[in-house]
Amino acid sequence: MKLHDILVKESSNILNGWYSLILKTYHPDSEVFLAKKNDPFANPIGHNISVSIKGILEELLNNMVQERIVGLLNDIIRIKAVQDSNPSDAISLLFLLKQTLRDATKGYIEGEQLFRELLAFEDKIDRLTLLSFDIFMKCREDIFNIKVNEIRRGAFMFTKRAKVEDDKL
Amino acid sequence: MSNSKPDELSQINYMPPDEDWMDTAVHMKKGMYCHGANENSLKTVGFPNPRQWSSSETNWKLPENWQEIVIKGMAERLEKYRSFHIFMDICVRCGACADKCHFFLGTGDPKNMPVLRAELLRSIYRREFTKAGRILGRFAGARELTEEVLKEWWYYFFQCTECRRCSVFCPYGIDTAEITMIARELLNLLGLNIEWIAGPVANCYMKGNHLGLEPHTIKSSMEFLVDEIEELTGVKVEPTFNRKGAEILFVTPSGDLFADPGTYTCMGYLMLFHELGLDYTWSTYASEGGNFGSFTSNEMGKRLNSKIYAEAKRLGVKWILGGECGHMWRVLNQYMDTWNGPADFLEAPVSPITGTKFENAASTKMVHISEFTADLLKHDRLEIDPSRNDHYKVTYHDSCNTSRGMGLLEEPRYIINKVCKNFFEMPENTIREKTFCCGSGSGLNASENMELRLRGGFPRANAVKYVHNKFGVDMLACICAIDRAALTSLMDYWVPGVRVIGVTELLANAMKMKGENDRQTDLRGDPLAGADDGEAKEDSEDA
Repeated sequence: MKLHDILVKESSNILNGWYSLILKTYHPDSEVFLAKKNDPFANPIGHNISVSIKGILEELLNNMVQERIVGLLNDIIRIKAVQDSNPSDAISLLFLLKQTLRDATKGYIEGEQLFRELLAFEDKIDRLTLLSFDIFMKCREDIFNIKVNEIRRGAFMFTKRAKVEDDKL
Repeated sequence: MSNSKPDELSQINYMPPDEDWMDTAVHMKKGMYCHGANENSLKTVGFPNPRQWSSSETNWKLPENWQEIVIKGMAERLEKYRSFHIFMDICVRCGACADKCHFFLGTGDPKNMPVLRAELLRSIYRREFTKAGRILGRFAGARELTEEVLKEWWYYFFQCTECRRCSVFCPYGIDTAEITMIARELLNLLGLNIEWIAGPVANCYMKGNHLGLEPHTIKSSMEFLVDEIEELTGVKVEPTFNRKGAEILFVTPSGDLFADPGTYTCMGYLMLFHELGLDYTWSTYASEGGNFGSFTSNEMGKRLNSKIYAEAKRLGVKWILGGECGHMWRVLNQYMDTWNGPADFLEAPVSPITGTKFENAASTKMVHISEFTADLLKHDRLEIDPSRNDHYKVTYHDSCNTSRGMGLLEEPRYIINKVCKNFFEMPENTIREKTFCCGSGSGLNASENMELRLRGGFPRANAVKYVHNKFGVDMLACICAIDRAALTSLMDYWVPGVRVIGVTELLANAMKMKGENDRQTDLRGDPLAGADDGEAKEDSEDA
């Protein structure tokens, strides 16, 4: 059996395991609420995380399309970028996928070939981790720009009037 | 992490410890809190214990008898406010409110569950004011008032926007916003306010508005907007200031006079009143509808609010019309009458255009601009071309205060449906009474706490994103000045491509004025659907 086939077979377990590990990065009292996925508006964090990780796993199991994968990672890292002050915490969710994968494939990995395939698959996850760091930094830059733009908008009349006066000269 | 040893680094654990909330010490994260109040801001209004202090330092320079001050303050408020006393006693911790708070939904921090946030205060109430708490201590949910507890209060009670969404779901009707209000009053007794609130309070007390705009600045700003309107429409509107004998006094948040995109809403007011030939005046003294005082203490809210009736009396107007604002309307609708009323020198408001008597405002004598405008549209008193807003796909955000604080749900929707053709509601459990807060209300719209605001606003943004993806919504309408500023930032982060607009701005886009020229653009300089673009767009980008 190829690793890909094993992962497809185990994908539901992998997703549940991964989701549950991500929720454990929140406080245990909050984990119970975040585990409810049925209403996207009553539980936006849980919903967005579950939808994104499902898409990410699908991309990993198929041909990863850069645009799609960046979009999926963005949906989840954007949340983490305002929730965690450390970048390492924010992008840790991809390491949790590795942990889940190793647990889910434990009973299957015997020969060297499958082990090599697993290492190659983990290389793909590493690439996503690097992409996530770029996205995290972009989110942080967005926050700084938003702060500056808000101050500018607050002084809108000053700058607009100054421009009009300047144009008159 | 930088101080970790190699063997510690190999054992990184992403999972937080499973410990009781009372044992979880407050960890103040940068981006989650505002700067502490400046000494001078507090001195200006005579608030107690003014001093320079910093929330990021360990020593908050508390007065020696700070515990005594807090407990005495709590006792006074338990005596004065029966609601507060009841709210301290009746919660059964059913958890109905727990996942209704936007800050909890956006942060996942259990201390942002309304029940637990209130418990921060209740635990001290039990220890100091109940027999069970005194004898059984922690077993009865009681704890000592320590400096750690005080810092936890400060951190978390300035992470509540007093939006009252949780109270909609509480089977006992506990209003957690009122618990936050009392907690902030207690903190205020120790000089522990935030500058983003204390500064505007001082400005408002001295100058009449939060921004500290002086009369000549207000007038010249308005003249600038008048010129903009003339350039756009060819119509010269002529507002008056502090005019005695006018029929109506108009009061709006000062943000509308100065900040983008509120200034466009302000242009909308000017255009509407001109078109109606309304006998009204602006005031450069009662130049603030908002009331940051109400975020510090009941007494300060009352002091700042008093100028509105005082100015109405001085000018001899018949009634007062109020602009688009959130907490301004909670104050006007729920508190003004008992604080500074009865306004028996005013008349029950009657629209001079339609003759409609606003029975709902018979006591306060103050009418909301959306009520006034919806009535005009209902009576066909304005010439409206809704296709002028065809370039927008609009959704509507209910401000927490106007929806839950005064039940203003239909009028803004009635106006929007009359003035534009592409209106799409967000999902049912995110609008009307169940609306999600912008995450920046109750004086939390500073910039140093941007992460907090973006987390708290996430549930709202998540619903906007849904209609953006599904229907192509690109404009978020609202009737609140803080929303106009805060939602713009929120959209920039979570749903780029969606802008924010006041309902009166939408109205002014669609309103055909008598004598206007062939209008090519909306108030922002964006080309109207079907109009030639080019020059208009360039102007818009410059702005």
